[in-house]
Amino acid sequence: MASSKIKFELPFHITKRTDIPGWKAWLFRGGAIVIAFILTAIVSTILTKGGMGGFFKEMFVGTMGTANKALKLLNGWAMLLMLGLALVPAFKMKFWNIGAEGQTLMGALASVVVIKEWGKVLPEEVLIILMLLFSLVFGAIWGLIPAIFKAIWNTNETLFTLMMNYIAIQMVLFAINIWAPNGSGTIGILKYGSFSGAFGMNYIINIVLVTIVTAILFVYIKYSKHGYEINVVGESVNTAKYIGINVKSVIIRTMVLSGALCGLAGWFLVGGSPTPTINSTLVAGRGFTAILVAWIGQLNPFIMMGSAFLVIFMQTGAAQVATTYHIGSSSAYSGIVVGLFFVILIAAEFLVNYNVVFKVHKHKKVEKAATPTGEKAGEEPTKEDEKIITEEQFEEELESIGTRYFERTITKSKNFEGNDTFTPQKEEVPIEETVEEINEEKVDK
Amino acid sequence: MKKKVFVLLVVVALIAALCATFVACNKKGTDADDTIKLEPMTNIDNVDVDKTGQVVKSSIKFGLITLHDEHSTYDKNFIDAATTVCAQMGAALVVKSGIDETNACYDTAVELAEDGCDIVFADSFGHEEFMIKAAKEYPNVQFCHATGTSGRIAGVSNFQTAFANIYEGRYLAGIAAGMKLNAMMAADNTVVPKMGYVGAYPYEEVISGLTSFYLGAKSVCPSVTMKTTFTNSWYDEIAEANSATALINAGCVLISQHADSMGAPQVCETKGVPNVTYNVSTKTACPNTYLAGCKINWGTYFKYIIECVKYGKDIPDDWTGGFATGAVEVLELGDAVATGTAAAIANAKAKFEAGTLKVYDCSTFTVNGAAVTEYVANVVSDEAFTPDTNVVITSGNKTYIAESTYRSAPYFGLTIDGISPLNA
Repeated sequence: MASSKIKFELPFHITKRTDIPGWKAWLFRGGAIVIAFILTAIVSTILTKGGMGGFFKEMFVGTMGTANKALKLLNGWAMLLMLGLALVPAFKMKFWNIGAEGQTLMGALASVVVIKEWGKVLPEEVLIILMLLFSLVFGAIWGLIPAIFKAIWNTNETLFTLMMNYIAIQMVLFAINIWAPNGSGTIGILKYGSFSGAFGMNYIINIVLVTIVTAILFVYIKYSKHGYEINVVGESVNTAKYIGINVKSVIIRTMVLSGALCGLAGWFLVGGSPTPTINSTLVAGRGFTAILVAWIGQLNPFIMMGSAFLVIFMQTGAAQVATTYHIGSSSAYSGIVVGLFFVILIAAEFLVNYNVVFKVHKHKKVEKAATPTGEKAGEEPTKEDEKIITEEQFEEELESIGTRYFERTITKSKNFEGNDTFTPQKEEVPIEETVEEINEEKVDK
Repeated sequence: MKKKVFVLLVVVALIAALCATFVACNKKGTDADDTIKLEPMTNIDNVDVDKTGQVVKSSIKFGLITLHDEHSTYDKNFIDAATTVCAQMGAALVVKSGIDETNACYDTAVELAEDGCDIVFADSFGHEEFMIKAAKEYPNVQFCHATGTSGRIAGVSNFQTAFANIYEGRYLAGIAAGMKLNAMMAADNTVVPKMGYVGAYPYEEVISGLTSFYLGAKSVCPSVTMKTTFTNSWYDEIAEANSATALINAGCVLISQHADSMGAPQVCETKGVPNVTYNVSTKTACPNTYLAGCKINWGTYFKYIIECVKYGKDIPDDWTGGFATGAVEVLELGDAVATGTAAAIANAKAKFEAGTLKVYDCSTFTVNGAAVTEYVANVVSDEAFTPDTNVVITSGNKTYIAESTYRSAPYFGLTIDGISPLNA
């Protein structure tokens, strides 16, 4: 906070806000989406020959113009959402699992192992169920390993899960070299184990199943005892210990769940495709994009349905625009558009969590002449500033801040809703200023 | 908790038991083994289209699927060729780049077919099966694939494969390398003529390429040896740079690569080690170390298939390009080449065109110390990679391995003496 010693002062100040009504927060976010769309459209107009009309046409028609395109888009959505969902339990627990990529790859590898080993001899139904079991177990193991290390030795889970990704990639390459002994690194389309199509629509089973998983996970996190425990461990490990939660077992259990859900995603990626196959880039960075999906979706499975759709829609649409208008490297262009879009969206969260108050600067020159002394001569005293607080008043104010903070803490521990975690947990109470300082400042003016 | 785990284990055990019973049933049976026998192709390097008939299609839309984008020298070569040819022929071009060798390829091929493309072309080895699947579903669209192995045997009339005699191009580039080694040895008698080769995947296409490069160098510098290393990725700039560094540290004085990034050439430029490239000339990026290179000019094939579609003619199941049609090109020579390189290359090229020089001439190399008299390759590609066709041909006074003759995609997979892996 400003003291009288600081000569330069920003024309605005930022305060934390906790009481923003839900509708207003969503208005900010909705507005951000609109602004982000307009800005990306402007950037595209500069970069492409299609103009703004072309941009919007390609964005929508290019991604959803035909049934196959829409299904492809929805499958992309389902896969991204699935990985995001897998992260939710871990993130709720503040276990930063950035190993979804590897856990999913292991799940996919498990499915392919099953197809390669028993594809020829088992009936499809049994094969697919076996693939599912293997995928869940492989994914769970890949989540379990860092969880054990975290629970027992408190290792850094971020680095650990990240490194596990690279091991998973090498495992896949190793397996492919066994299956493709000529060394070409490709195993082609596997003939068995695909459950993609139903009613003549590719990927429809993936899309339906992921939607169901979303609902189940929502209930699990919000209403189950497990969900409650995850939240408490995430909020405060000491609190969890105090109320008798076995923190180690919660960490391990939750990471097994997170890994198993990634494994499930791997099963979708292999079996849920009309052309089952595997290579080291099968997950294609979704494990990392899923982190964006989870955060923008505030770790709420239903909101994540929307955030996952936004991400995949922007990615696919931007690639389509780049293709149509022949702008050099399509990956670079879609990177720009998607990046710009989400920077704006994330920036909007700042406005949801903080209030920006602009200071009024009026009649600067006149004021300067009138009060030649004092460093902040240019500043017109506002009504608030005119009030010089006494020590008692300050104490009162402090108390009320304290009470508010206390009340908030109480409500938080009562109410384990997903949305809370997106706002910083610890309230920063601005009490560094002493009464003297505040009053001094005001006298200065 | 323990109860739940127990229940889960029981379920798993039950399903496993169920599976075990099915194993005995062997319901699906084994795949039919292919008994196809292939003869050498007859129309190699032919681009004549019978234009007497009527124009069947006047406006043609060409869809190109590439594994990476134009940062990859390999994909850039395709994109550039398609852009030039489509502009010349008045065809519309749609490029889908960054398409992985997974269902992404199938989805994209379907999307292009739905969007009205008359030809869909995919550029990476692993795209093949996804293209075949899409081809079966869209019989009115031509699906063509570079480097694929199964154009002649897939039995899908609108799926074709194509490649070119790039092993001859690499041989010529190898001559530039050999000449450079000779010059380096003449200038400094401590130089040991050891080359290094950064490959992507150790399969026939890459083996064939590195062997022909080596044989080209050996034709002018008989004492040359070569170390190889593979990155297991088509495009991995860091791995390619690291591989090149490792080769140079192991004493290699000249590097070539068959991987698609600028990783290896840039390391060579930094370390001042001569480099022979592939697909795209690096003369501007690496002015001091770039020697030579070769590429397949895909424009030849693109033009050919567009004309075929235009006049309603069948595209051959499989196609191998050569020097005559300009499908195989030697890239511009760098400033660092030894004197006389251009003449030596032109001389060898003329011999190739006259048919008097063969790259895999069995008298020029040995495998485990012995000359090759028979080489049964896996030409009819199958899952088990069963060797099926003897590709050694004797004609006149020459016995040689006839590469890209039974099918366009390379099938030379021998490790010849003089070439050894880096980490062996």
